[in-house]
Amino acid sequence: MSLRRFWSGNIAVAEGALAAGVDFYAGYPITPSSEIMEHMARELPKRGGIFLQAEDEIAAIFLLIGASWADAKPMTATSGPGFSLMQEGLGIAVMTETPLVVVDVMRAGPGTGQASKAAQGDLLQARFGRHGDQIIPVFAPSSVQDCFELTVFAVNTAERLRTPVILLSDELLAHTWETVRVPEGVERVERRRPKDHEPPFGSPDPRVPPPMPRLGEGHALLVTGSTHDAWGLRQTSDPHAHRELVERLWEKIWLNREELFRYEAVGVEEAEVGIVAYGSVARSALAARKLLAGKVSVGVVVLKTLWPLPEEPIRELAARVKAILVPELSLGQLVWDVERVVAGRSPVLRFSKIGGGIPIYPEELAERVLEVAG
Amino acid sequence: MSVHPLHVFLRSEALPTAFCPGCGNGLVAGAILRALVQAGMELRKTVFVAGIGCAAWIPSPHFLADSLHVAHGRAVPTALGIKLRRPELQVIVVGGDGDIAGIGGNHLLHAARRNADLLVIMVNNLVYAMTGGQVGPTTPHGLPTSTTPYGNPEHPMDVVQVVAAAGANYAARWTTAHLPQLEKALVKALSMEGFRFVEVVSPCPARVGGRLSMAPVEALKWLRAQSKPVGQAGPDEIPVGEYIVRDRPGFLRALRGESRG
Repeated sequence: MSLRRFWSGNIAVAEGALAAGVDFYAGYPITPSSEIMEHMARELPKRGGIFLQAEDEIAAIFLLIGASWADAKPMTATSGPGFSLMQEGLGIAVMTETPLVVVDVMRAGPGTGQASKAAQGDLLQARFGRHGDQIIPVFAPSSVQDCFELTVFAVNTAERLRTPVILLSDELLAHTWETVRVPEGVERVERRRPKDHEPPFGSPDPRVPPPMPRLGEGHALLVTGSTHDAWGLRQTSDPHAHRELVERLWEKIWLNREELFRYEAVGVEEAEVGIVAYGSVARSALAARKLLAGKVSVGVVVLKTLWPLPEEPIRELAARVKAILVPELSLGQLVWDVERVVAGRSPVLRFSKIGGGIPIYPEELAERVLEVAG
Repeated sequence: MSVHPLHVFLRSEALPTAFCPGCGNGLVAGAILRALVQAGMELRKTVFVAGIGCAAWIPSPHFLADSLHVAHGRAVPTALGIKLRRPELQVIVVGGDGDIAGIGGNHLLHAARRNADLLVIMVNNLVYAMTGGQVGPTTPHGLPTSTTPYGNPEHPMDVVQVVAAAGANYAARWTTAHLPQLEKALVKALSMEGFRFVEVVSPCPARVGGRLSMAPVEALKWLRAQSKPVGQAGPDEIPVGEYIVRDRPGFLRALRGESRG
């Protein structure tokens, strides 16, 4: 049984969060993400949750860190300039293994750019915006249905792997209204609590995150953003302690990457030309494929996990096609990944469009595919 | 061998402390622990939150209690996140002047405005000590520091006054030369709701005393001689005592709608 709802992308993100058990939201107003915050401001108090509008995005992310250690499932949403401010807290969340979800509804940058216009320029910031070695899982919806489902997946991933998670939406998707099938109940993952004498920051198997203790139970917990040992004691000059911790944090995500991979591969088997895309642009790619039916066979890989990157579907596509097009609402960021993964097996062509929030239209993409197909 | 009566509250693996000889942090640590005992607070139900700087090290790693040690300036929002979700815990922020009033100044202002149910203890040693004694928001006008070698051209902020004006329920200043008064202020603050702020002016023998050729004991004497009760202090003196004592509903009650109409 499922219910049908007519939602915008932003509302679907908020509803997905509520369905997944998010009970704490702190944020700062910013276009084009504010509807998520407004929805949470309405809904959370009714459900016993906590909503707070913070004094800035830095406060918002640290409110989430504090709340997460106080047993909350926290989330915030922002856009480019606010996302930049949150990088500091995201780094601390990685180091302290604090589950939380940050939604970045991408708009045109750099700087304050074009606040209400869609873009996809934050992909590399989502991956590499922090200093130091780290991996934060990044998911990207390409439909309003995805906005709901991937938010649930993001919240559950944060809890399962004890990590911050980023959901990368964009303005076009945020303000697109579509019908969503909402299941009556969704899976809710709860973070693991320590048994006996398990250390809160160490794990014999890097694939298994350490358990997260509760405050106020006499653990005398040491939580720190500095390099620490398995019990949280700062080790700021021991090279072994640093390598052990940072490698474990990396491997915790990397060795579990297969279960993070979400993508759709459409028409890859018989494809002559390939397209790799994500977000709202992936919709244009699928529409271009339909437009070209009977003329050129197009294989589309829609990436919904952007970090770590599902490489196999891109390789499979590359093995079959004359060329791969990578359409992006940026000057080209995902294209670097595709070039690296394809590694010369087929030509990789960027298709960039920026400015004014104008989408990549299926017609122009189809036209380019025809050129490539010769 | 006799054991210090406060030793049971300390994490033995964190001892001896990293604090410099003559640092005021040990006196502040003692005052906080004694105040908790006097106020009847359970250490296991107390969470300390600290940012970056020498004073942040007072609770983390020294106190045998839950503590979060986060980014520079961000202790206050982290602490509020904890308090909102676990109101039954006593949440205390300890940090330096640069941490709390410099980089964290905006968070401090808004926590005071919200009357957030936190106790913030700001140890004011007049400079950024951990990084080498650079000028800070509370450095006295004219004081030479490593980044104002010709004397500080700026004027310091009276952080207690700012916090009182912003809406805190309690704001007071004492120095490490006034330990009984400091403890009394902390005990009082611990029994209240809303935002409570206690500044402790504290000597830094390494970064301030050294530059002024002032031995730690001289610094304590200077603090005592320099301090005057609030309202009676001259422009170059340190006002000590309570700036504000109010009984407005704290933020937690306000969120529950208990402070309306």
